[in-house]
Amino acid sequence: MKKSINKTMVSTIMSTLLGLTFAATGVANADTLKLGVAGPHSGDLASYGIPTTKAAKLVVKQINSKGGVNGKQVELVIEDDVCKPEIATNTATKLASEGVKLVIGHICSGATKAALPIYKNAKIIVMSPSATSPGLTQSGDYPNFYRTIASDDAQAAKEVEFAVSLGLKKIAVIHDKGDYGKGLAEFAKKFIEANDKVEVALYEGVTPGAVDYSAVVQKIKRSGADGVIFGGYHPEASKIVTQMRKKRMKTVFISDDGVKDDTFIKVAGKYAEGVYATGPQDNSKNPLSKEAIEAHKKAYNKDPGAFYENAYAATLAILAAVEEAGSTDYDAVTKALHEHETDTPLGKIKFDEKGDAIGVGFAMYQVKDGKYVEVK
Amino acid sequence: MDYFIELFFSGLTRGSIYALIALGYTMVYGIIGLINFAHGEIYMIGAFTAYIIASVLSIYGFPALSIIILAGFAAAIWASAYGYTVEKIAYKPLRHAPRLSPLISAIGMSIFLQNYVLLAQTSDFLAFPELIPDFDFMEPYADKVGSTDMVIIVTTIVVMIALTFFIKMTRIGKAMRATSQDRTMARLIGINVDKVISVTFVIGSALAAIGGILIASHIGQINFYIGFIAGIKAFTAAVLGGIGSIPGAVLGGFVLGLTESFATGYVSSDYEDVFAFSLLVLILIFKPSGLLGREEVEKV
Repeated sequence: MKKSINKTMVSTIMSTLLGLTFAATGVANADTLKLGVAGPHSGDLASYGIPTTKAAKLVVKQINSKGGVNGKQVELVIEDDVCKPEIATNTATKLASEGVKLVIGHICSGATKAALPIYKNAKIIVMSPSATSPGLTQSGDYPNFYRTIASDDAQAAKEVEFAVSLGLKKIAVIHDKGDYGKGLAEFAKKFIEANDKVEVALYEGVTPGAVDYSAVVQKIKRSGADGVIFGGYHPEASKIVTQMRKKRMKTVFISDDGVKDDTFIKVAGKYAEGVYATGPQDNSKNPLSKEAIEAHKKAYNKDPGAFYENAYAATLAILAAVEEAGSTDYDAVTKALHEHETDTPLGKIKFDEKGDAIGVGFAMYQVKDGKYVEVK
Repeated sequence: MDYFIELFFSGLTRGSIYALIALGYTMVYGIIGLINFAHGEIYMIGAFTAYIIASVLSIYGFPALSIIILAGFAAAIWASAYGYTVEKIAYKPLRHAPRLSPLISAIGMSIFLQNYVLLAQTSDFLAFPELIPDFDFMEPYADKVGSTDMVIIVTTIVVMIALTFFIKMTRIGKAMRATSQDRTMARLIGINVDKVISVTFVIGSALAAIGGILIASHIGQINFYIGFIAGIKAFTAAVLGGIGSIPGAVLGGFVLGLTESFATGYVSSDYEDVFAFSLLVLILIFKPSGLLGREEVEKV
């Protein structure tokens, strides 16, 4: 008796499910807009991918409740790539075969790079909230790729651009020989060499933790540099700045977010005054940013995770572009992404011809009266 | 030429810093043939003590000169107490053990003291006050050599000369030399060898503490790890100059500092360590006992 009930129940559930699936695909084909979300949702790096799906869900829920995009409800198609390039190609193929025209993702640079050729052939627009490898946009190989995060070289670009705006002519690029510092210094050097207005006066690595940097400081002085761009962390930066100022050098000192730390000001004291450092943009005053975080807290009862705001901005921007374009037509959406500004938690954004979000990334700060103040 | 002089002074400053710490290594080695790896940590503890004392004194508004003197004395005494205790706890029980045992014990002491300061104080970088003021008469040369640099160089030379006289002229100095030559014989003629060794540790530690204050006010920051890096370079300087020899430690420090400074100035700071250690290897190939070291006499 019991058994037969179970059987009946199972078959009922099965048929209901089947029916639902048919219905869902049926509706989807008719009038929903499919938005793919790809990233690691399981495995070691899941914590980088899950906040993005949460952001996409929250944005889509909000937009659907207001009537959707161009009168269509948005439907999310979420696929896991475990952050692995070899799996990301499968993910991409699957999304393409399901008729998705827009994808938020992928999360990791390696996986993104592996998936992009497939999306490109299928004319699918991809927007990553977190892939920072510079080549993804700058190589020009992927016109269908956009991102709402600054690339790895954005800090160096900002530093050089700022140095030029100060009217500096010769720049000494110094780094601490570490991955982070040297990487930044290499980008800075490349950008300076590409710019006619400035030249590299000196390019050197210093040994972290040394008791004295006066020899390299003398060398900076001798090179005639009017500015120093330093790639590294605050202990070395404070020693170098202190010794420069003690040698009565007024050379401008520009550094990175490894130096934009209050310990730097505490340790270098009065010598820290006037030092410039790039740091992540402050979005805390943006009402949309507050709204996005509030929505997350309400839905999940905790603070959002990595790249949440970038993903929130990406979902908003891509859907707004579709709205603007009136359809998911590749050319029309591309045009809208480049031309139409969207209000997001990261500020008003549109995309440059390479696919990087304009205005997203790093701001320049300067030490004034013992505090970092944003330079406008 | 100006550039050469600037590099020369920056090398001398760096060399003096190494030398001040190297003196402690070389003294201990000269007496008991032990490389005291915890010496760098004694230097770090000296700097921390000075930091605490100087902070307290400046709250009470003491004048700058009295702060540096009082902090210097306090740091020297405190660091000496540590040096004395380390010797009694970690080395004395191993006096007759094979040479490797006290060496391992020294490395253990070094790790212990680092972590002790890390836990008892902080892992952060602390801003060390500028205890040495900028002298007015140095102002015209400030772009070449700072007041702090000058004080460090002069202190190193004075300390070296005083120490040499102390060992050559005084009674306890004589006892030290006797102990270093033959510990058993020294004991037979009535020298209190344990006391001599303790005195050596106390003097070495006090010097390290003085070095700690000068260096910390030169670079303006301290944390629990400074002793390790400075200690490695100072040890190199001691070996370069001939470990066991006091003028050798200072000479070794200067040679190392100048090599690094000129390598940075004329080649690239990327290679400063390459040059410094290539020089060490070269000197040890041609003069295995170091620049001023005595030829190794096999003790029986």
